[in-house]
Amino acid sequence: MTKPLNELTIAEAARALRARECTVRELWDACLRAAEARNPELNAYLELFEPDTAAIDAAQRRIDAEGDNAPMLCGIPLAVKDNLLIEGKIASAASKMLENYVATYDATVVRKLKDAGALFLGRTNMDEFAMGSSTEHSAFGTTKNPADTERVPGGSSGGSAAAVAAHLCIAALGSDTGGSIRQPAAHTGIVGMKPTYGLVSRSGLIAMGSSLDQVGPLTKTVEDARALLDAISGPDPLDGTTIGKETYHSVSVPERLTIGVPRALIEQDGVHAGLRKAFTETLAKLEAAGHILVDVELPMSPNALAAYYVIMPAEVSANLARLDGMRYGHAARGKTLLEDYLLSRTEGFGAESKRRILLGTFVLSSGYIDAYYRKADAAREVLRGEYAQAFAACDVIAFPTTPSPAFKFGEKSGDPVAMYLEDVFTVTANLTGMPAISVPMGAVTEGGKTLPVGIHFTAPHGGDELALSAARAVETAH
Amino acid sequence: MATKEDVRKLAALARISIADAELEAFTSDFDSILSYVSQLDALELPKTGAVKPPVRNVMREDGEPHAPGKFTGKLVAQFPQRDGDYLEVKQIISHD
Repeated sequence: MTKPLNELTIAEAARALRARECTVRELWDACLRAAEARNPELNAYLELFEPDTAAIDAAQRRIDAEGDNAPMLCGIPLAVKDNLLIEGKIASAASKMLENYVATYDATVVRKLKDAGALFLGRTNMDEFAMGSSTEHSAFGTTKNPADTERVPGGSSGGSAAAVAAHLCIAALGSDTGGSIRQPAAHTGIVGMKPTYGLVSRSGLIAMGSSLDQVGPLTKTVEDARALLDAISGPDPLDGTTIGKETYHSVSVPERLTIGVPRALIEQDGVHAGLRKAFTETLAKLEAAGHILVDVELPMSPNALAAYYVIMPAEVSANLARLDGMRYGHAARGKTLLEDYLLSRTEGFGAESKRRILLGTFVLSSGYIDAYYRKADAAREVLRGEYAQAFAACDVIAFPTTPSPAFKFGEKSGDPVAMYLEDVFTVTANLTGMPAISVPMGAVTEGGKTLPVGIHFTAPHGGDELALSAARAVETAH
Repeated sequence: MATKEDVRKLAALARISIADAELEAFTSDFDSILSYVSQLDALELPKTGAVKPPVRNVMREDGEPHAPGKFTGKLVAQFPQRDGDYLEVKQIISHD
């Protein structure tokens, strides 16, 4: 084997462990050494954990005893976004508000991974409470893009994306409310997937927008995304929104995929010319490989982002109301109980969290709820119907993941709406609850740097396998 | 157009204080976001074609409760102020 161990994929590492080409401890040490060496520069991790010797030894024994029957994730070192609870570890959501919060239980996804023998290297940086598209809104410093350290890695799962792209772990978990897995995956040149809403439990995920949030994988290959998704998905009594196999029609994967292309949306202003070219070329390669391209129309889509920026802040303002300095987290004290609340929340939340809490409070307030929240919710249901109709004629719908490649630090931080437009192609999958994936489609050159860009596929509800297959077809065609 | 007073009032409702120095920037950000999302105002929604998610209002039966105190130690360890296993907060009823 010529690759350093930390550069292996899940599939490669699982094979190497079973072939006795390396031990679990050697794999862990290789990842940890790489993380220790590069993290001061990238700030992908907020904390690297001490090795859990008992878990490392147990994983090794299980691989030795069970060989190919051991779970694929057994002994694999993973990075975990800082909004997922690992019992006994800090889970801060990159906020001063939870800087001192120690998780009192395992998130269901963490429990499932522990049961499979997976190991956790550390917790990764993110935009505070997962609100942002650049990881600039972290209370603990920005994360740098390994492809160009003058640029953002995307967000909010920017730390997880940078850790995977720079091989500071084998794979990582993130969460996606409006594109927070897929957009950073595109900006760092890796695979990122948001599963069907309900496929993966959110128990133990620090909630942002509860009708939108999903946990998902950030990986080096599509095969790895499938492996990690398999390990974390399934119904959970602790999350009433999780779905069973019977919830949606089962979707079969044809050999030749019919790919819907909403040309009108992609040809709009604001889509980077080089990125559009990479998209067109990737589609041509897919067509050459035997897949079928069809035009689709999604007339409600131009309003999706506006609907999202009403629904999401409404849910944020409700979810973050629990953080009041009383039972856990940042606790400032004034003269009265009201001052305790005000001081704790004012000191604990960063500017973007405050902006969204205020916006959410506004759109839910009496007198405005019909014009904003209820209208947005109605638009969301129309969008859902529109996508369902489009899927009558195609298996997946293709977009570029982002309108442009990774931007420079500070470029969009002064203008919230410019930052929000980063999510223009990704939010619809959260609004509709459909599965979506970003996979690298080459690169564009910007300021002398080669920057990765991603292609994005949305599939119908329960069609996670379709999204993965389309992404795999891109990997094969490139 | 949102005024500084509107933003101050929303902040009070949300239990957040916005310093006078930040109020201008918050108000202008708020305005630009609102003007973007206000495109929904003009949106004519079709009468048909809306689809609701299939999983709604999931309830569960009350089952066997866990043993009393099973999680207490871990949870109270997070309290900023405590008196034994009680969460300590300021007095809210005065006798004046």
